[in-house]
Amino acid sequence: MSFNLAKLLEKQKKNILELWMKNQLSDEGLREDLISNEELRSQSEELVSSIVANLGKSDVSNLDDESWSPVIEILGGIAITRARQGFSPRETGRFVFSLKEALLEVLQKEITNDPALLFQESVKINKLMDNLSIVTFETFIKGREEVILRQTDEIAEISTPVIRVWDGILALPIIGTLDSQRTQIVMENLLQEIVETGSSIAILDISGVPAVDSLVAQHLIKTVSATRLMGAECIISGIRPEIAQTVVHLGIDLSSIITKASLASALAYAFKSLKLEVRKQSLNTNHRQHG
Amino acid sequence: MILSLSKDNIEVVREQDVVLLRNRVKEVAVKIKMGLLNQTKLITAASELVRNMLRYGNGGTCLIEVVSRGRDNGVRLTFSDQGPGIADIGQAMRDGFSTGKSLGLGLPGSKRLVNEFDIKSKVGEGTTVMILKWANG
Repeated sequence: MSFNLAKLLEKQKKNILELWMKNQLSDEGLREDLISNEELRSQSEELVSSIVANLGKSDVSNLDDESWSPVIEILGGIAITRARQGFSPRETGRFVFSLKEALLEVLQKEITNDPALLFQESVKINKLMDNLSIVTFETFIKGREEVILRQTDEIAEISTPVIRVWDGILALPIIGTLDSQRTQIVMENLLQEIVETGSSIAILDISGVPAVDSLVAQHLIKTVSATRLMGAECIISGIRPEIAQTVVHLGIDLSSIITKASLASALAYAFKSLKLEVRKQSLNTNHRQHG
Repeated sequence: MILSLSKDNIEVVREQDVVLLRNRVKEVAVKIKMGLLNQTKLITAASELVRNMLRYGNGGTCLIEVVSRGRDNGVRLTFSDQGPGIADIGQAMRDGFSTGKSLGLGLPGSKRLVNEFDIKSKVGEGTTVMILKWANG
């Protein structure tokens, strides 16, 4: 009589699921805060059914085979959801590995009189589950990478706001490193806003830029030139003392650009060139009017 | 005699690694109590050289060392790449010279920012740049 692994596992499906659930629930890495037991059970059941159903009809050693794609799809779906929900790699790994333990345990119970057969079938299961684990990890990492990419986009978007500080005056605080891509976004936003608001003065505040090297300086100079072409004046503010000294030692010539130490002094300069005056209300004037 | 107290190697292959390297250099500089001005100078010089390495040398490695000489502590950075190399170092060290479209201040500028600067290059084999900044130099 030839041994049929698929049939045996099909018969023991319920047992496998129970064992697996027990393994998962007893594991200390169980995250009840992230996934409910019912959900975990339904995920597990779906996966076990599809694996067992596939064992009968497809080649165990070749996961590239078309017939495995439903299993991989289910597993991939679970891995991606877990990556998004914030499961750790270890917890996701335990999910798959504890199924392997359950499968092997059932196999051991069923094949009692033929060690050679047990070994042969165990190797098969091992191989299959190892391959499935690799798939899980690949998908898990892909899911994480997607999260990171989305966050990078979000950061790029939120970190370059153009603020209208006064009628005709724009301010653009830059925080973080200024690379080519970032400069492009900054420049686009700034020029667009100049057109929309008809502003004549833009203040670029670099208090939040950790280091100004020649590439950053070059980007700043380009932004200033582009602003000038649009008919607006660009002031660079927030130059810290150590940055000023470093720029001088590097030999970068920023003398053609109006630079100020703080946003406040840049704003004062902007008011002056727009012929605006900010004054403290003085009681004296009142007094004189009456007297 | 200069003693090397700790060593740390960082691979630089992507533009994102520039920020990583800068942060590592800053950590080391803070650890040996380097002043803010010298820190900024060192980090800026490192930033220039690592960008050069990425742009012209297709990436490479940076060795970060804490060194000591007598009572002085300092940070020594060695950038090595296997890029095309520099044919005329004298020309590359001149202000305003660039084969790319940059300002041409990277090499001469970083030399002015640090205490010791050494560059070796062989055409076809690669370039190694060493800089050293003392904590109170």
